[in-house]
Amino acid sequence: MTDNIYMPYLMKVEKVTFEAPGVKTFMLKFINEEDQNRFTFKAGQFGEYSVFGVGESTFCIASSPTRKGYIECTFRQAGKVTKALSGCEEGNIIGFRGPYGNTFPVDEWKGKNLLFIAGGIALPPMRCVIWNALDLRENFKDVTIIYGARSVNDLVYKHELEEWEKRKDVKLITTVDPGGETPDWKGEIGFVPTIVEKVAPSSKETIAIVCGPPVMIKYTFPVLAKLGFSDENIYTTLENRMKCGFGKCGRCNVGKVYVCKDGPVFTLAQLKELPDEY
Amino acid sequence: MSIDKRLIRKDSLEKLFDILKQNSKTVYAPATKNGKVSFREAGSFSEIATGFVQTTQSSKEVAFPRTEKLLDYSKSGGGISVKGIDTDGIPAIILWGTRPCDAMGVSQLSSIFNWDYKDEIYNNRLSRVTVLGFSCTKADEYCFCTSVGGNPGDTSGSDILFTQLGDNGDFLAEVLTDNGSAVVSMAPGLFEKAGEIKKEQYLAEVPVRFNHEEIRQKLENYFESDEWIEQSLKCLGCGACAYVCPTCACFDIQDESHGKSGSRVRCWDSCGFSLFTLHTSGHNPRDVQSQRWRQRIMHKFSYMPERQSVYGCTGCGRCSRACPADMNILEHLISIQEAAL
Repeated sequence: MTDNIYMPYLMKVEKVTFEAPGVKTFMLKFINEEDQNRFTFKAGQFGEYSVFGVGESTFCIASSPTRKGYIECTFRQAGKVTKALSGCEEGNIIGFRGPYGNTFPVDEWKGKNLLFIAGGIALPPMRCVIWNALDLRENFKDVTIIYGARSVNDLVYKHELEEWEKRKDVKLITTVDPGGETPDWKGEIGFVPTIVEKVAPSSKETIAIVCGPPVMIKYTFPVLAKLGFSDENIYTTLENRMKCGFGKCGRCNVGKVYVCKDGPVFTLAQLKELPDEY
Repeated sequence: MSIDKRLIRKDSLEKLFDILKQNSKTVYAPATKNGKVSFREAGSFSEIATGFVQTTQSSKEVAFPRTEKLLDYSKSGGGISVKGIDTDGIPAIILWGTRPCDAMGVSQLSSIFNWDYKDEIYNNRLSRVTVLGFSCTKADEYCFCTSVGGNPGDTSGSDILFTQLGDNGDFLAEVLTDNGSAVVSMAPGLFEKAGEIKKEQYLAEVPVRFNHEEIRQKLENYFESDEWIEQSLKCLGCGACAYVCPTCACFDIQDESHGKSGSRVRCWDSCGFSLFTLHTSGHNPRDVQSQRWRQRIMHKFSYMPERQSVYGCTGCGRCSRACPADMNILEHLISIQEAAL
């Protein structure tokens, strides 16, 4: 019997949190204590989550590597596997294999300002690095989070947004698309790129981490360029369809890059070298 | 090891086959069924097809099966038990009658399964395969091995390469590896010492039609060309080209469930399918067929040489033979080489 990379860890769904319509967060604990003790990952990495008999699905690890003993994932019910996952209850067992892919170079960002820009369901892949940075808060200067969703209801991690709102060492700006506000909404109203332009964070000594739907990304990059961000200081994480997670199945191949091995984290400078197939 | 050249009489091939069977070896060989020649387990020598140019499917299936179990699971109560495939149980196979282009294709497949992480399941299967290659004495208009670094008598990937010395002639047996020597040692009497034999005159003629290095260079600046659209207008996206290809390694992973138990399997897939890259959100990075056709050519002639240091094509011509819309990869590659930038 050899080492079979396709064998998932068995994970117990410890806690289910309802985030937004169709969106849930699972806190997962390793069934086997040895697996848990051996397991390490870094911010930005992803895994294959599976419901046995239905299949596997790819998401990032949404919890921070600074929080030990569990991992979390946040997903929207959209396809066959996420529908089956969504039907899981606390105490159920699912599969997980990983971690795969490269990481956000959090260590290299020491001493810099961090600007997080996220849209909709793309906050989860950024949450791991946000908490990673906040748990090592003294390593960084200003931390700014700009987060937008279609409507107030669609904002995920509402309880954490409240927590970040209260913190004095975090500047949080939330926004919803025009028409998505509620009567008591106190945040901004407008699309994420517009709000970034309005807030106009300084690019000096600042790393921007951008994650969102393709259209948000497309219009946010030029705004950041206008604010003086270099392509090397803008990071994003790609979400190509994947099956294996380690460079064999061919699905996430974009130009000469395998998103699962060379990514999912890329700088804008690296993205500009790729054909537009992501 | 240095090549050990032997001669085996034409009528001794059957004896060799019988000796392999007597030694309890599982032999896969080309056999004709419903007008198609394909590799299957051969019970007797008479089942082995001869005289064909190329099998419909390549022989890659012995190392990379079309559908392959990765693990079994079973549920009981609230618990789940999962058991990985037992690689020790993978049978040893003697692959009889592989063409040099398929034998060469093993290095392309292996390059994908072994760059970075080494795929244990693939490597376990491959390590149990002994390749008895047969040089090509016939070729057709679809063959182009010589344009991608191969030739009809290429020894790479074979453990023994047999070359028939003329119509109805005896066979030169080039013993290339320890696995090959092991076969010889099972039937030492059948393998005579050969003198200086030049096999080249007996091989099929396959003219060089393009320069693959030049095509690679051309592709560096060819991504935006309209030619991809032109070439792929006929493409149905059926994926037949990938299924017959000896080097295509893309796969899907699916669960097959039967009540409370089931298996997770990996199965062949194709970049030619629209679903291959489709996100659940509806976004598709390769939304139209021309982008998928481009990916097929770019991956084999640009990305693989860059990442795996090998071209993803052996010139077997199967994709062109299999294409229901009569797309011809050889013509398309020549056209790319000749295009003005």
